[in-house]
Formats: sequence, structure tokens, C-alpha cells
Amino acid sequence: MHHRTRRRTSLTVALALLVGVLAGCGGGSSSSSSESSGSSSAGGDHRGGTMVLAWNGIGSSIDPAVDYDQNWTLLWMLYDGLVTWKKVGGSDGNTLVPDLATSIPTPTDGGKTYVFTLRKGVSFSDGTPLKASDFTRAIEREFTVPGPVGSFYQGIVGGDACAKTPKSCDLSQGVVADDAAGTVTFHLTGPDPDFLQKLALPFAYAVPSNTPDKEVGPSNPLPGTGPYMIDHYTPNQEILLVRNPKFHEWSHDAQPDVYPDEIEIKLSLTSEAEVTQVEQGQADWMYDQPPSDRLNEIANQYTDQVHLNPVPQVFHMAMNTRVAPFDNVKVRQAMNYATDRNAIIKVWGGPQVATPTCQILPPDFPGYEAYCPYTTNPGDGKWHGPDMAKAQQLIDESGTKGQKISVICTPDEASKAICLYFVSLFKQLGYSSDIKVLSAAVEYPYTQDSSNKAQISFTYWYPDYPSGADWFDVVVGCNGFHPNSTASANLSEFCEPQIQKMTEKAIQTSVTDQNAANQMWAQIDKATTDQAPWIPLFLPRHIDFVSSRVGNYIFDPNVLVGGILLGQAWVK
Amino acid sequence: MATVGSLEQPVDPLGDLPEAVTAGDGPWRVAGRKLLRNRTAMAAGALFVAIVLLSFSAPLYADHIAHTDPFQSSLTATTVINGKKVDVLQQGGGALKLGETPIGPTWQRNYFLGADSQGRDVAARVLYGGRTSLAIGIGSAVICSLIAVVFGMVAGFYGGFTDGFISRMMDVIWAFPVYLLAISIATVLLTQGITVGPVAISASSLWLPTLIIAVIYIPYVARPVRGAVLSVREKEFVEAAIAQGASNRRLIFQEILPNVISVVIVLLPLMIATTILTESALSYLSIGVQPPAASWGTIIDDGQQLLYTRPWVAIAPGIMIVLTVLSLNVLGDGIRDALDPRSKVRVKD
Repeated sequence: MHHRTRRRTSLTVALALLVGVLAGCGGGSSSSSSESSGSSSAGGDHRGGTMVLAWNGIGSSIDPAVDYDQNWTLLWMLYDGLVTWKKVGGSDGNTLVPDLATSIPTPTDGGKTYVFTLRKGVSFSDGTPLKASDFTRAIEREFTVPGPVGSFYQGIVGGDACAKTPKSCDLSQGVVADDAAGTVTFHLTGPDPDFLQKLALPFAYAVPSNTPDKEVGPSNPLPGTGPYMIDHYTPNQEILLVRNPKFHEWSHDAQPDVYPDEIEIKLSLTSEAEVTQVEQGQADWMYDQPPSDRLNEIANQYTDQVHLNPVPQVFHMAMNTRVAPFDNVKVRQAMNYATDRNAIIKVWGGPQVATPTCQILPPDFPGYEAYCPYTTNPGDGKWHGPDMAKAQQLIDESGTKGQKISVICTPDEASKAICLYFVSLFKQLGYSSDIKVLSAAVEYPYTQDSSNKAQISFTYWYPDYPSGADWFDVVVGCNGFHPNSTASANLSEFCEPQIQKMTEKAIQTSVTDQNAANQMWAQIDKATTDQAPWIPLFLPRHIDFVSSRVGNYIFDPNVLVGGILLGQAWVK
Repeated sequence: MATVGSLEQPVDPLGDLPEAVTAGDGPWRVAGRKLLRNRTAMAAGALFVAIVLLSFSAPLYADHIAHTDPFQSSLTATTVINGKKVDVLQQGGGALKLGETPIGPTWQRNYFLGADSQGRDVAARVLYGGRTSLAIGIGSAVICSLIAVVFGMVAGFYGGFTDGFISRMMDVIWAFPVYLLAISIATVLLTQGITVGPVAISASSLWLPTLIIAVIYIPYVARPVRGAVLSVREKEFVEAAIAQGASNRRLIFQEILPNVISVVIVLLPLMIATTILTESALSYLSIGVQPPAASWGTIIDDGQQLLYTRPWVAIAPGIMIVLTVLSLNVLGDGIRDALDPRSKVRVKD
């Protein structure tokens, strides 16, 4: 199961313009304000200086085995894996390239064996030479610490045993390391079309083979191979990254040299304070998204410092298909017809920061074909406006009028405002409705746990890697629903056996024929959209607000980087 | 944190009779006359009454003046200003056209104080919010006082184990910081509401914050009441009644209660001010009144996100809270002065 916790919008910048190679088409375009120039060597006059970042907090952990995307913006500059996504702007940023491996291997043994050869002369920041067994240790730690996505690596030989008894985890048969020859061989129990993508995630980054089976905090960070290392961490105040003296550029595509000598991260700032600091030049980039009442101000007064880029998140209302009235498909479809996406986009910040959608997959994703049956004048795949007459007709047919619906959301402004819109809409359509505001820490586990019988909630999803399986086998698939569990990503509890069969077939097909699999994902997308487990609302654009001294802004849409390529921007 | 000061002695409405008092005037009439002569307290009382009337006229304002539904999202609504049709949520300017800003104060019949981020009329919501805040404030203060009087009377009158048990129970509640206790209870109950036998209170019901606030302040009234009972029961007239064979019921309801009730009367306005503040704080933290219902606290919460562009959304309910609490505090002081100028009963923050 590819269960994934959600990170804040600001870091959720993921996989925007998807891999041309995988999708068979080019990526989307960034906004007119987005500069996406190619990378140049990090030398010359621009090398040096301190880049200052404003950040609310570093999240739960900075251990690569534990952190689930809160700090990936930092981790990719501190550590490396065998493979990674290319560090460039635009759709090419989702191309897999070898990182600490010399090349990307072609799987053998029917897709079950991968043999990597390590680069020579790479050391950790403490001077320890990189060894093949460091990768065995990294994957084992995902089970022993434990990390959040052990299931990603459960298909490795020995993975099942590690999942059952983490303390005695031994992957020596599944991840065969030959330190002398510098090779790492992965043996899988079955072919996994997404295995290389999973190896590119920070959970598989190399850590010294003597790293303990417990979470390591930022005060005593693990040595890494990236261009920076953590100099010090003062809780709730700052983190300082300095150059790793052992780093040398072995692949410009995978881990390019960086411009700033130091990156200072100011912690515990509100997003309001972050905006002010960037405006006044006290910070060079704000991690969090600007609050809505500052958007007009920064757009008018700091136009050249604002960058807008599309990201493949889908914000939606998850309707519980096992709880009334949403156990009736007519009600779910009616709500899709009735929802005015343009009104909701106003709450989010206007048409410049979001575009309407009514299907599961985001644009430029493998298998995406524009499809929108829930609109006035359907047929061209675009949403044109709500069809209230059709919605009212379906609700009348459902015989559910008068039932009570609680809309669940978090206390943040946008979430609450969108939920309030739905409370009004439900009342307009003949239901009794109220809002249930739960704290961010409570809301997601609450909506995941089926025993709470949550009816409808505002949420979003984005993929771990570019594969339809990360949507249809997880967030709207049978394998993503775990009754009475707080680790159940399928909030809609949607499980349609016919669609699940199609999903499993598409996963098998993608091992050998990606294009054929993509066509199958498109069919699955349409079939799922017709069943309406969600009300897909909009596709956001990510806002980067940088100081006036920042140059060479490059937006990398990849899930790993999630926005600005920090080390490639200069401040001098 | 709210605390109640010590009560040096039971409030005696007969204390400090003014020279002008006519022989034969009852103590309540004397106190009433003193209160009426206190111009500051009367002005405060008039202000409070005006706020109550204004708040309870919210439906009239919304339906017949502003012609708006302050609970309905109006994200795509338009209004007319100076004969020109304008969007209630207006797209940002500049080259990037980022953000949607609610319309500001129009100083006209509709959107007099502007709109919030849902496109709703702020003036109408402030009036409706006042209705909710006052209802919860007054309701929780009254419920709290009723329960506290029972506990205080029983503890003070019976003494011994009963007194010890009730007093320790009060100590337990008192030991928690009042807002921390309120937040903890509200956070737990907000997911499911309360169900006790056949009685079910939903998470969105106004009864939920009312009861939570009432419960957390019980010790703050029960203690002074208990102290007053302990003092009064030692008075000669009580001993005389006991000597005449008066029953406990008669002693409680006819001898002691009339002599300690002034403690509650003095505390009540101050309690209402405190409970209104508590309700606003909980609602501001999204764990009190649940949207789309409005209270002054929820409106401040809505307005917090608009402080840079539309500060009136937060300022207007803030002013209403200040005026209400100020008027209640001044009125409460006036009542205390009228009933017992020597008393040191206070509800402090």
C-alpha cells in the first residue's frame, strides 16, 4: 500500500509536468511569471553568500528514513540515493537519472532483479567512504526505525518478514551488497513497475552502515553525500546548512554543485511574517504559501518576485461511499453537478492560482485524458459551470432529501471557507447540514477511520511518483481502504471490484508496456469519475515568493524538490 | 485566569444605610435606590441594554434593511455601489491578478461594514453574532450560578463529609487553568457531541459551549456562596430558628438563601462578562460556536485572515465585545456598591 500522509501545500509541490518519457507527451507549461532557465555551473561571480529561508517549522523529522516529504526540500541537498530525478526545471525534472549509481540498470529475471554499480570516490560528509552495504542499511531502517512507507519496499526478498518482525529485519538476501565490487543487487519477489521511482525517494538514501535503528534528529544529523551538511540546529529558531567539504559534483543532472555557501533557515515564523521578511529582504524565499490577504499586495508591489507554477495536486471533497446519503451514486453525481468550481477557486485565491477540474487524474499525468461529465454543455472535457437542474433532479430521484450532512474540515481559512460553501449548497439542495471543524492533527486520522463514519471532507492528494497506481490503487482503490484504521488513505472508502480488476491489470501491463498501461489508466479514470467518489474541485498553482536579490530561479516540479531548486538559485 | 476574591463577610443589604433612607424601607428597595443614583452604573446598564436590543434585532436588520442571509456563502454575489454593479469578492489587480478581496465597508444599507471571505454581510453577522454571544454568555452564567448555589448551599449548610467532598471537587476544577480546561473539554466533545441517555447534544449545538463554560466556572461562584452560608448559619436569627425547631428545608430556603443570594446577584454581571469573553475565546479557536453560526469570536476568527485588507471584519466584533464587557463590569460594580460597598467580591482576569 502506498499510504501517504499529506504535507502542507507549500511543500506539496509535486510532479507537475510529468515525464515525457512515461506519459508519451510533453509536460505542461509554467506560468508566464515562472522563469525556468537551464542550470549553469555553480561557479563564477554568483558562487557564495548566504541564502535565508523563512519557514514555519521543519515538521516531524529530518531523518531520511522517517520524514515523509515535510523536509524533502532539504533532504535532497544533504543525501543521495542510487537514482534520482533530474535537477532541472520543466517536465525534464521528472526524468530518472543515475545518482550514486553509474547507470540505471535494466531489470533482469522477468523484472525481479536490479543490479547497480556504485560511483567511485564518493564519501559521506564525515569522511567515511560510501559502500554498497550503506544501501542495505537504508532500506532495513525503513522497517526497523520504522519509517512510514515500509510497504514501498516490502516487495524486496525478505521484505515481508521485515514488515512482520521489524526488530529482526534482515534484507541481506533481498539487497545483496558487494562492498569490494561496489555493486548493489535488489531481488524482488515479483516485478514492480514503480521500483526505480521508489528507490529515488529519500527513504532509500544512503546512510552509513553503522546508523542506529532509531530516528536521528537534526541536532545530531546523519552524515550525507550531498552538497550541504547541517552545521547546527537550534530548535524553533534556525537550521544552518553549510557546504559539505567532501562533496564533488559527480553528475550535474543528479546532484549539481550549488551557488550559496550557506543556507540559513529561520524557523517558527507565521506565513504573514514570512511574507514581510521576504518583502523587506530579510529572507530570500518563503517555504509556506502566502496568506490570501497578502496575495494582492505581493502581486502588485513585487510582481517580478512572484512565480506561479502548476502542480499535480487535486483538491477535492471526499464523499464516503459507505455512509448515507453518499452511499447513493445519484447523490454523489448530483453534488458533482451542483458544485460551482469557480466560486471555490475564488476562496483559494482566484483563477490565477487554481483551475477547475472534475476528474481524478491531473493534467500531464500518465493516462490523463480531459474528461468532465459534470458540467453544463459537457463533451469537450472542460468544466463550464454547475448544472443545478440536473443536480436537483438526481437528488429528487435519490429520495435522500432532508438527511443531515456534516462537512469536515480543518480550521485554516481556505478549508473552512470551502466547507462553508458546501454547507450552504447542501441546504440549498434540501439537506440539513453543518460543519465540523477539527484541528489539523485530528482531522486526517479522524476521516481515515471508518468507525467515525465521516460523511464528506475537504482534502487533497498528490502522487508519490508518476504512476496511475498511486491514485487508483491507493486513494480511490480497494487496497487503500482499511476498515477501522487511521492509516486508510481511501477516505471515500470506494472499492468497486470491476474497477479494481482494471487497476490490477494496468499495473501488470505497465511492467512491460507503459503506453498501453497509460491508455488503461485513462479508462479507469473515466470509470472512477463516473462513480463519483470525489467532487474534484481544482488544480492549484504553486506560488514562490522570493527576495529581489535571488537570481537563477528554477522551478522543479518533481515531488522531491517541490518547487525552487534552492542550491541553483544565487543570492550574490 | 479568572479568580474570585475573598468574601470578608456575607453581603448584607442593610449595611451602610444612607442618611436619606426612610425608616421602614426594605433592604432591596434601598439598594435599588442607591443603584439608580449611580449614574455611571446606569449609563453602563443602558449601554448593555442597547447592545442586547441591537443584537436581538439582527433578523430585522438582515431581512428588511440589508436584505441578506448572513449564513449563506455568497462567493459569486454582486452588489450595487453608487449605481454600479460590483463583485462582492473582487479579483486582485496588477499584472498577476492574484487574490480575491472581499468588498470593504460601503456605509450603505447592504455591506455596511463590508463582506467577509465568504461574501457575507459583516454588519448583519456582527448583530447575529451578538445574539449568540449574549445568549451563551447569559445562559452559561445563569446555569453556572444555579448549580453553584446548590453546591455552595449544600456544602456550607451540611458541612462535614458533604462539605469536604464538594469542596475537593471544586478544588479539582479550580486546579486547572480555566481556558485550558475549556479547550480540553471542547476539543473532545466537538467530534461527537454529548449523549447522556435519551439526551443528545450535537457538536454544532449552542448548548455545547454554553454547558462547557457553565461547568468550568462553577467553583468561582460556589466558593463565595459556601463562605456566605458558613457565616450566615452562625447568625443569631438562624440559631433562633433552630431553637424554635425549624426544619432544614425552612432554614435553607427561608433563613439562609435570602441572605446569601445577594452574593450571586453581585457576581452575575461579572460572570456574564467573563463567560462572554470565554465564549469568544473558544469560538476564535474554532472550538466554541461552530460556523456557519456566528458569534463575536467566530467573526474575529474569520477576520484574522483579512487583517491586512479588511480589518473591519475583526475590529467590529472586537468593539462589541469591549463595550459589552465594559458595560457589564461597570454595572456589576454599581450593583456591588449598592448591595454591599464593603464587599471585595471580584471576578478578575
